Amino acid sequence: MTLTLDTVTLTYQDGDGRLTALDRVALDVPAGTMAAIVGPSGSGKSSLLAVAATLVTPDSGQVLVAGTSTGELSRAEKSALRRERVGIVFQQPNLLPSLTSAEQLHVMAHMDGRKPRQVRDRAHELLAAVGLADKADRRPHQLSGGQRQRVNIARALMNDPDVLLVDEPTSALDHERGAAVLDLIVRLTRERGTATVLVTHDRAHLTEADQVCEMTDGRLYVPAAA
Amino acid sequence: MFVASRDLRFAKGRFALMGAVVVLITLLVGLLSGLTAGLARENTSAVTGLPADHLAFAAPPDGQSVSFTNSSVTEKTWTNWSARPGVESAEPIGIRTLNAASGDHTAAVSAFGVEPAAGIAPPGLAPGAAVLSEQAAQELGVTAGDTVRIGSLEQRVAAVAGDASYSHTPVVWTSLDDWQRVGRSGAGTGGEATVVALTTTAGADLAAGDEAAGTETKSLDEALTAIGSYQAENGSLQLMRGFLFAISALVIGAFFTVWTMQRSADIAVLKALGAATPYLLKDALGQAVLMLVAGTGLGALLASGVGLLIGGGDVPFVLDPPTVLVPAAVMIALGALGAALSIRRITAVDPLTALGSAR
Repeated sequence: MTLTLDTVTLTYQDGDGRLTALDRVALDVPAGTMAAIVGPSGSGKSSLLAVAATLVTPDSGQVLVAGTSTGELSRAEKSALRRERVGIVFQQPNLLPSLTSAEQLHVMAHMDGRKPRQVRDRAHELLAAVGLADKADRRPHQLSGGQRQRVNIARALMNDPDVLLVDEPTSALDHERGAAVLDLIVRLTRERGTATVLVTHDRAHLTEADQVCEMTDGRLYVPAAA
Repeated sequence: MFVASRDLRFAKGRFALMGAVVVLITLLVGLLSGLTAGLARENTSAVTGLPADHLAFAAPPDGQSVSFTNSSVTEKTWTNWSARPGVESAEPIGIRTLNAASGDHTAAVSAFGVEPAAGIAPPGLAPGAAVLSEQAAQELGVTAGDTVRIGSLEQRVAAVAGDASYSHTPVVWTSLDDWQRVGRSGAGTGGEATVVALTTTAGADLAAGDEAAGTETKSLDEALTAIGSYQAENGSLQLMRGFLFAISALVIGAFFTVWTMQRSADIAVLKALGAATPYLLKDALGQAVLMLVAGTGLGALLASGVGLLIGGGDVPFVLDPPTVLVPAAVMIALGALGAALSIRRITAVDPLTALGSAR
């Protein structure tokens, strides 16, 4: 398994008591497959992504990313793990305003100690894969919402991650563009062999997911067929 | 500096504005430094230029500091010092501000009376023959061979040499005997000179010498504080300079505080994507240093240009590496410190905010 959550529990301080965001969540996502997590707001979907991205340490349970147990990792080691093994597609594109589309990808390599010129070809290939080869020199304000989201996806794949975490990628897009973005994520998951977790409200485009899991009140219900 | 260098280009208006502030503060600090050094030179160059390492002042009353104005020493004092082990020479110097005149020209001068045969005496000095600094000669309109009246004494101008000045007046060197004939030294009684210039070796016991001679010895640098006008003037100017440095550090710190707050969403995204905190700090600090170096560099160049324009005239202005480069280096160091304190909030940015954060 490329991503494994083993009976993960996460609680937050909530006034005098504690709120359970994740309740003994278990999830296995093999390479080249996509798990879709659906559920209402506040059900714990974002907490699941945050735990899988090592941005939050669970109270109990184990998170394995590409075989690495994340529980004992230092903050710097978690940063390195995210840089090298995890790609995150944010709900909003979250592109850096001063960087061009190509540079949004170059910065990923730069953070990893590589020179941008060493990764130009890969950035170009990824921008071509998301249909933006001709928009490499555009800054975010010069792109449409759908184009920004595609740069967001390409950036997440820049360091060739084992795990791809996708947070509501179509929430700011119309139906047609949302469908195109989901198709793109599915295609890239298959082609690049990532273990993809897709958090979404939109049930209309889940037919391509290998497993569709329901999240309610911090509990994850994985269908037996998955 | 991958993101920082692109931010500099992207937000060039904001950085140009802040850079302009740095340029102007550096220009102001540079001009103030040149002026401070120029005024200091006019105040002290006769003392700092003495071929001696210490000056022995008459010991002041308890609770008071030594001063050239109040110091008065007798022959016994310098003969006592001359006999001390480790003292190579002990030469009396009389210092007094007087009016000098030649024809229609008059000028306030500082008369430095020394023994003509002493090592500290300028060449050509003799009883009845004075050596004038260039500025004194210029103000009095005299050259070598002319006659000049210094106080009540008529003196032949033996030579015109050097640019020594003391307490903002040009120096005129006279023999000690002539200087003593002009009047008594300082406020003391029986004074035959103002201070004793000492040339010592490492083994000299200055404290014991002071006790035996009834003096208080200061190095040449320490002795500058005994010039009343220098202490007040230099203190005020250095205070202004210090405030300018502090203001620049605060302004730069405030700018980068606001800038870092504005960038906190971007920083959260970069952290979520795996950027290590040291990477982000280096990036941000590099940006600050780059802006500071460019701003102070331009400011220092402008200060040098203005200094070149005004330095040769009546304005006492010193243009040299210490007056230009040192303030610039201090500006960069303090500005970087201000920026570093501001951008440390990068460490507190939570990458979790990038998940679900709206842009």
